[in-house]
Amino acid sequence: MSLYQVQKFLYHLNRDPRLQAEYRADRAGALADFELTDEERTALVEADIGLLFHFGVNGQILMHFAALHGIEWSDYLQRMRDGIAAHGPVREGVYAITGYEGVDEHAARLGQRAASGTSERART
Amino acid sequence: MSLVFAGVCSHAPGITGRADRADPVVRDRFYAAFDDMRQRLEAARPDALVVVAAEHFANFFMNNMPSFAIGMADSYDGPIEDPAWLAIPKVRVPGRRELSRRIIDGVMQHADVAYAEEWLFDHGIMVPLHFLTPRFDLPIVPVNINCQGPPLAPLHRVWAFGEALRAAIDAMPERIALVGTGGISHWPATPDSGKINEAWDRDLLDRWCRNDRDALLDYDDTTIYADAGQGGFEIRTYLTISAAAAGAQGTVHFYAPIPIFAVGCTVATYDLS
Repeated sequence: MSLYQVQKFLYHLNRDPRLQAEYRADRAGALADFELTDEERTALVEADIGLLFHFGVNGQILMHFAALHGIEWSDYLQRMRDGIAAHGPVREGVYAITGYEGVDEHAARLGQRAASGTSERART
Repeated sequence: MSLVFAGVCSHAPGITGRADRADPVVRDRFYAAFDDMRQRLEAARPDALVVVAAEHFANFFMNNMPSFAIGMADSYDGPIEDPAWLAIPKVRVPGRRELSRRIIDGVMQHADVAYAEEWLFDHGIMVPLHFLTPRFDLPIVPVNINCQGPPLAPLHRVWAFGEALRAAIDAMPERIALVGTGGISHWPATPDSGKINEAWDRDLLDRWCRNDRDALLDYDDTTIYADAGQGGFEIRTYLTISAAAAGAQGTVHFYAPIPIFAVGCTVATYDLS
């Protein structure tokens, strides 16, 4: 388990277009310089958002990785939830899950309405 | 005195990137408040804008994390994010290296700070600039406080940093504006994204407006985390502006939780007159 190395790779990926191109062309190859476990390597190659969140990757780093893969915002949030459901609580790092009701339910409770023309999952 | 403007605002990426998913009535009131802040800023006729931000691993990482950093370059590129994701195009923002140098020298008389001759702006600075300097024509001096990766500077050190920043700005012949950006309570980019503790936010803003040092320092990261999430660590940017405002009283021009923006959206200023 080397959360630091996982986050270090994502930090570089997020800010370096050349590493992004390398990762797009050869995901495993782009990881070569980082000291990762097999589990971490697989999660990064497969862009397993839920598993990466379970590892404890900071969301401020992870959300850009999700965007790189074209994962839409609500889907990104759901994948993290699914990861926690599948793998258990976040292993290390700053996160605890607080049992939030979800964006749509929260907005509705505040009397706000979603803009027209958007389709939402039940929990976003 | 050369501090001509002091305020705070939100910076969450959803404010621009997910604009079409918010309640249009609430969103447009928020945008109008941002535009009012822009007009107040312009009326102060600043020569440069110091932005106290809480960046999100765009430049600073856990290999070498400064608690406090100030940019020292003639330009800064941003956003680091996909422009389509943030809905802000790539742009080169002007800086003023020599002004940064003088401010850094001044701050260093009282507080330790790292300097950075390279700095890629992320949403933490780009979203406020998108509203406050939409032509990206005002020279920026970026300031960062580590609010993301603990260990974090304790709040009384943040206050001392704000006072050092004010002393440095007061020694400048230029007219300097100061804006802090951050969330109040929020759980950004996590499964709890959208959660907002409105009561906690309003209490913080009350303390901020009264500029009550003791009340503003009466937090610790354990209770912030429990009540306001890891995003609440970003109150450090708000406290810096309070310290720099040196007793000035504040006004909240807008506050409303907007869950799809993942934050209680805020625009507030201090009366420096």
